[in-house]
Amino acid sequence: MPFSKIRAALLAGVIGLVPVASAQSYQAYISNEKDNTVSVIDLDTLEVVRTYPVGQRPRGITMTKDGQFVLLCASDDDAVQVIDAKTDKIVKTLPSGPDPELFVLHPSGNPLYIANEDDNLVTVVDIERDKIVAEIPVGVEPEGMAISPDGRIMVNTSETTNMAHFIDTETHEIVANVLVDSRPRYAEFTSDGKQLWVTSEIGGSVSVIDPARHEIIKKIGFQIPGVQPEAIQPVGVRISKDRQYAYVALGPANRVAVVDAGTLEVEKYLLVGQRVWQLAFTPDEKYLISTNGNSNDVSIIDVAAQEVIKSIQVGRLPWGVTVSPK
Amino acid sequence: MVDRWRLSGVFICTLFLVSVAVLPGNRMAAQTSQPDAAQIPIAFVKAERNRPLPISRLNIVPEDAGLRGAELAVKDNNTTGRFTNQHFSLSYYELPKSGDAAALIDRIVQDSIGLVLVSANAETLLALSDAARGKPVLIFNLDAQETSLRQEDCRANILHITPSRAMLTDALAQFLVLKKWTRWFLISGVNPNDKAYTDSIRNSAKKFGARIVEEKLYAEASTTTRTDTGYAQVQKQLAAFTQISAEYDVIIVADESEIFGPYVPYRSWSPRPVAGTSGAVAMSWHPAHEQWGATQMQNRFFELAGRVMGPLDFHGWLAARAIGEAATRSNSGEFAAIRDYLLGPDFGVAAFKGQKVSIRSWNHQMRQPIAIATTEIPVSWSPQPGFLHQRAEVDTLGIDEPESKCELH
Repeated sequence: MPFSKIRAALLAGVIGLVPVASAQSYQAYISNEKDNTVSVIDLDTLEVVRTYPVGQRPRGITMTKDGQFVLLCASDDDAVQVIDAKTDKIVKTLPSGPDPELFVLHPSGNPLYIANEDDNLVTVVDIERDKIVAEIPVGVEPEGMAISPDGRIMVNTSETTNMAHFIDTETHEIVANVLVDSRPRYAEFTSDGKQLWVTSEIGGSVSVIDPARHEIIKKIGFQIPGVQPEAIQPVGVRISKDRQYAYVALGPANRVAVVDAGTLEVEKYLLVGQRVWQLAFTPDEKYLISTNGNSNDVSIIDVAAQEVIKSIQVGRLPWGVTVSPK
Repeated sequence: MVDRWRLSGVFICTLFLVSVAVLPGNRMAAQTSQPDAAQIPIAFVKAERNRPLPISRLNIVPEDAGLRGAELAVKDNNTTGRFTNQHFSLSYYELPKSGDAAALIDRIVQDSIGLVLVSANAETLLALSDAARGKPVLIFNLDAQETSLRQEDCRANILHITPSRAMLTDALAQFLVLKKWTRWFLISGVNPNDKAYTDSIRNSAKKFGARIVEEKLYAEASTTTRTDTGYAQVQKQLAAFTQISAEYDVIIVADESEIFGPYVPYRSWSPRPVAGTSGAVAMSWHPAHEQWGATQMQNRFFELAGRVMGPLDFHGWLAARAIGEAATRSNSGEFAAIRDYLLGPDFGVAAFKGQKVSIRSWNHQMRQPIAIATTEIPVSWSPQPGFLHQRAEVDTLGIDEPESKCELH
């Protein structure tokens, strides 16, 4: 290991162990799909500090842009719950269309774009007026949701149609469709908006797409010694703001792939918990947190050291994760 | 000639499906395909056959089993087709028991259809296949489990969507061996299918290291539970019948026609679990399967059909969905392009089984994980951990390439 990495790891270890009352204090919110709860992790102490009940089958989870509220897909309640991040109280319920699974918030903070898996729709919800603004027909089993940094293009992936649908956020019309490998699960723009990364769970690949030309730049594949190819199922993906590294959760392969976001080559695999699903950075990108559904825990990855530094038990079937300032 | 194919049925279904492409969600509306869309017609053939009335009403196969699954896939394909400018349609044909398979194939070819989904027994399937020889027809076997159809009786123009008996008994054997329930007491029925199932169980036991400690033939045909207080007789009879001296872990029932199988659980002399065609059963799809996104599929099917989805419905869906996938990926509505893509090395489709399902090149069998399920829910999925294979673990189920006797031509 290069010296710089060792130093970074040591430093991270020290900071991880000693609570620091700085401006950069964060907490992570984990949706526990099977328990109908949210676990809150203090990212200074790396411990679960609270667990509170929410709606049925919580999955997609994100923060409002002001960091004050947690937005949560309560899939079996056909609703999105708005939770006060400080008091853990459910302050309101947004209409969401049936069976919401994943969503993305417009960069301006409103509206919210929700994938309705059962109805082949993306529902657009004004989260201030609590109203459905539009319903956009897409492919079969819409799932992954992404929005360009300038807010002009929203992307939905449909798991059975196997496409990324590019949707104009002004007109709500589909402007392009890009065919990707089987069961596209998740989509994420790079911070400069120049690439869109789409994971294909059953195809076992990540398609890196040029969103201007709607063309695939490269399909990234994964090979792990001792792991059967069919167990490598990419789901969540996160790309660092400087576009240096991308991290891909590989599902039942129990690993997070570290991809050089410049060369688009896989650099290494980090062993995490079982059936790793979604990922979230802390805003300072010091930590990356993975939800591990089958081992009921999350892994904390030290980003600079590219190492897993801790596993933290949460509720049953942790699904999604989001981070806010404390 | 006309009444032989129940043409009224043909036209009703054809019109219904061809003219209605369905918009997503609750805004269902008739929508004609774009005028320049590539048209991809699919035929569904149901061959009439004798099915003995099962002991349990729950196991009566619906009249439209399979067809409704294919219908759902055509809907799914047409949702995708809006983006790819392809339009799929489904036409329904019935073959009566004494029907002429060659004439039916001629009729389908005349209707310009080459992709033919077939729900039939092995004999009828082969008659249809032989009639289609040399014609632009690819047959999708939805219902015939005979392992021989994947071996010495294989055909180049058949693609097997349904698992073979060998795949089903291998899946069950792996599960029981994983549980270390390796001493089996085998009870077989007397119908030819029961013999085939028994042979398959014997092969699987040998393949995965289980031992059949005793075999008994159940020769009686009884409907006593339908008679008042009939249960009393069955209860006594099964207890006596299962009283054997050998030590065993599990009773394996081989009774595909359901003459006695459901009577065995809880009525045996010794308290032992039951597996095979009753108890824990290996199957391609279970109506309560909800893993790997299957919830959506079950919901979509229930909304369409007003009933739960069984294995035959799943096979109908998977066949038509595979056609849709091949049409999307090959970017073609042409029969030859779709067939070549389906049978080529790149084909694979997501089927709510946690991994891609694809086609074995050596006998055109769709490789797929198999559920081990009770009436209520799946208990497990095979292949089980630890049963290794040099290429794909799912190829530990059924006929693998080295043991293939199939010559596709």
